[in-house]
Amino acid sequence: MSTIAEKFGREDWARFTPKQRLQRYAVFAFSALTLGWAISSIDVIWPWVWDAPEQMADLFGRMYPPDARNLKTILSVLLETVNIATFATVLGVLLSLPVAYLAAQNTTPNRATLWLGRLILVTSRSVNTIIWALLFVAIFGPGVVAGILAIMFRSIGFIGKLLGEAIEEIDKRPVEALEATGASRFKVIVYAIVPQVIPTFWAVAILRWDINLRESTVLGLVGAGGIGIVLQGAIDTFNWPEAATVLLAIIALVVIGEFIAAFLRSRIL
Amino acid sequence: MSEVRDHWQKPPFIANTALRWLVYGGAIAYFLWVGATMPINWVRVSEGIGRAGQIFGGAFPPSFERSGLLIDGFLESLKIALLATAGGVILSIPIAFMAARNIVPLPVYYIGRAIIIIARSFHPVIVAIIFVKSVGFGPFAGVLTLIVYSIGFVAKMLAERIEEIDFGQVEAMRAAGAPYLSTLFYAIFPQIMPRQIGLAIYQLDSNLRASAVVGLVGAGGIGATLANAFGRYDYDFALAITIVIVGVILISEGISGQIRKRIG
Amino acid sequence: MLKITNLVKRYGNGEPVLKDLDLMIEGESVVSIIGSSGAGKSTLLRCINRLVEPTSGSIELNGNELTKLKGRQLRTARRKIGMVFQGFNLVDRLTVMENVQSGRLGYISTWAAVTRSYPKEDIRRAFELMERVGIAHYANKRADELSGGERQRVGVVRALMQNPEILLADEPTASLDPKTSEQIMELLRNLAAELKLPVLINIHNVTEAKIYTDRIVGMRYGRIIFDDKPDALDKEAMDKIYSGNPQADRNQNMLETA
Repeated sequence: MSTIAEKFGREDWARFTPKQRLQRYAVFAFSALTLGWAISSIDVIWPWVWDAPEQMADLFGRMYPPDARNLKTILSVLLETVNIATFATVLGVLLSLPVAYLAAQNTTPNRATLWLGRLILVTSRSVNTIIWALLFVAIFGPGVVAGILAIMFRSIGFIGKLLGEAIEEIDKRPVEALEATGASRFKVIVYAIVPQVIPTFWAVAILRWDINLRESTVLGLVGAGGIGIVLQGAIDTFNWPEAATVLLAIIALVVIGEFIAAFLRSRIL
Repeated sequence: MSEVRDHWQKPPFIANTALRWLVYGGAIAYFLWVGATMPINWVRVSEGIGRAGQIFGGAFPPSFERSGLLIDGFLESLKIALLATAGGVILSIPIAFMAARNIVPLPVYYIGRAIIIIARSFHPVIVAIIFVKSVGFGPFAGVLTLIVYSIGFVAKMLAERIEEIDFGQVEAMRAAGAPYLSTLFYAIFPQIMPRQIGLAIYQLDSNLRASAVVGLVGAGGIGATLANAFGRYDYDFALAITIVIVGVILISEGISGQIRKRIG
Repeated sequence: MLKITNLVKRYGNGEPVLKDLDLMIEGESVVSIIGSSGAGKSTLLRCINRLVEPTSGSIELNGNELTKLKGRQLRTARRKIGMVFQGFNLVDRLTVMENVQSGRLGYISTWAAVTRSYPKEDIRRAFELMERVGIAHYANKRADELSGGERQRVGVVRALMQNPEILLADEPTASLDPKTSEQIMELLRNLAAELKLPVLINIHNVTEAKIYTDRIVGMRYGRIIFDDKPDALDKEAMDKIYSGNPQADRNQNMLETA
């Protein structure tokens, strides 16, 4: 009887081959180096950093107890925030439909329109809502119009991209069948493509509404309407108890929004 | 059937007639009401059309003259994103365990969930304002902000992964008499590590995007440069910054996608 | 009458999939095309309604040349060619009635199509045909709630709604179990007789081809090498149709040309 070690001629074992180990060390070393570089060169005042926990505690201390005297105003502005988010989502959804149509390889009329569609998506997606808001506040002045436009412009890219991908992934056989019946291009889209992307459409629209609810709470910080204006006002006047109330109201809004989104998703899909 | 059937209607989306009209009517009424009550100053909006021309005129051609400022701003954003990702990903591991129903007792679970909900509810810009007020202007506030932002996403996803793990492996380890920590390292970590690495890379990408925004309220990085340019009506410089932000985001998205595909 | 002459289909620069093929279908006969995978059966069928673009040759349906048609003319011609597919190719999320009515899309206005306000005679015809194949009670069900055999019936009714001059069936029973498959074949044969409609069926199952069709066309590597009554399909003919490989065939080509 030979032992297993004799049979296989080895009794050492390592999780990784030498090459794998080398690669892992290289990745670790690279990560450590970048982090080291970031820490050593970042422009912070270290005493402030050590002081931070105390400062945070002080701030939260000043927030307590929250001051709810302005609750009525806060709630009405919160409602305005919801309206901005909802209105902008609906407009964004409507405008993203033609963009998705252009940006999907199997529906776009030609190469030029394909690139036009993709250009719109990339521009819309890569510029953050707040930056869009900054631009629209500069153009239209402070107010809800800038906020709605900002959220709408950002939503077009998000919804358009996901919808375009859904269009590209459809089952092509029904399309072939309807082409064989002599249906026009438009009718084929209405009968064979639209029904297949409807579930994605609702899912994406609900998801984006949920995200937009969150985004709309900060529009006010650059002057584009909504609850952010009240928050900014409270912070600027060092009215921390009221700021705390606004923050709590925002949490409530986001949590309720998530519940509504989950409810809609379970009903529609 | 002998009768001639020549009528057909698509079954309605909502079967109950009363409910159907309530939903449709409610939706229409809501949008009419919102449209009517929105505090919109149409005069100012119409003036804006002219101003748009002026702004875009001022923005073209984009000016890369102060590219030094641009590069510094970007490097700062990158550092903020890197440190916040490292901090956020590490902190999110204990929080994720706290928020996994199958690992911890119920009271701890509620605390874990509460942390995640709070971190997720606030837009990074709000978190940034609070940090800027308490620890001062600059990149440190940005790092703290994005740590909170990372926890909100990474801890949530990781907690979901932990809740899905195969408990057979844990039982096998326990049956072999392994102590608590060994079980953690041999039965649970291997199951969540691939996900955690994927999440970290994804989060680095998101943090880079977000770091451009938190700067707008004073938390350092390229966003601060952009806010300054806007504030001083330097629209050509602002456009240059925006173009670079878009470019960097696209590159970072591409790299992150590639790496995650490789890791699988 | 369908008349195919000198039909060639070549993908890219490769070996042609259809080589100088001639085929004539007259009257209301049910014709089956048999042959191994890759013989070009499916390509032949798809050339007829131009889902596949023929490289050269001519296809005439009742005196109308199909190969040169474009745009609206092509769609008008396609209305007259019904097609039944192996995978049924229904739109799963639409109701059975909408799937059936999609056979009329070439006829009705865009507005009627979008609003689902179909002409009365189309609805009556749909109910008649659905009653005939036994699916009328499913009119309001979604297509993905039906079984395979039921789904193929929807596919058949959709094709018949086009009021076609010929019906093409591409492996209509290949996704079905043997019993359902026989039911569908019998249905196709009976409908062809009732509606006086020529039917062209691609089929793998030779037994079914012999039982349910009037004429069998055997294809091998892009050529028709057998065309006769089912009774004439003996062991020798079968061997000829199902033997060989593309390489051997190509060599034979060279011998012939030499």
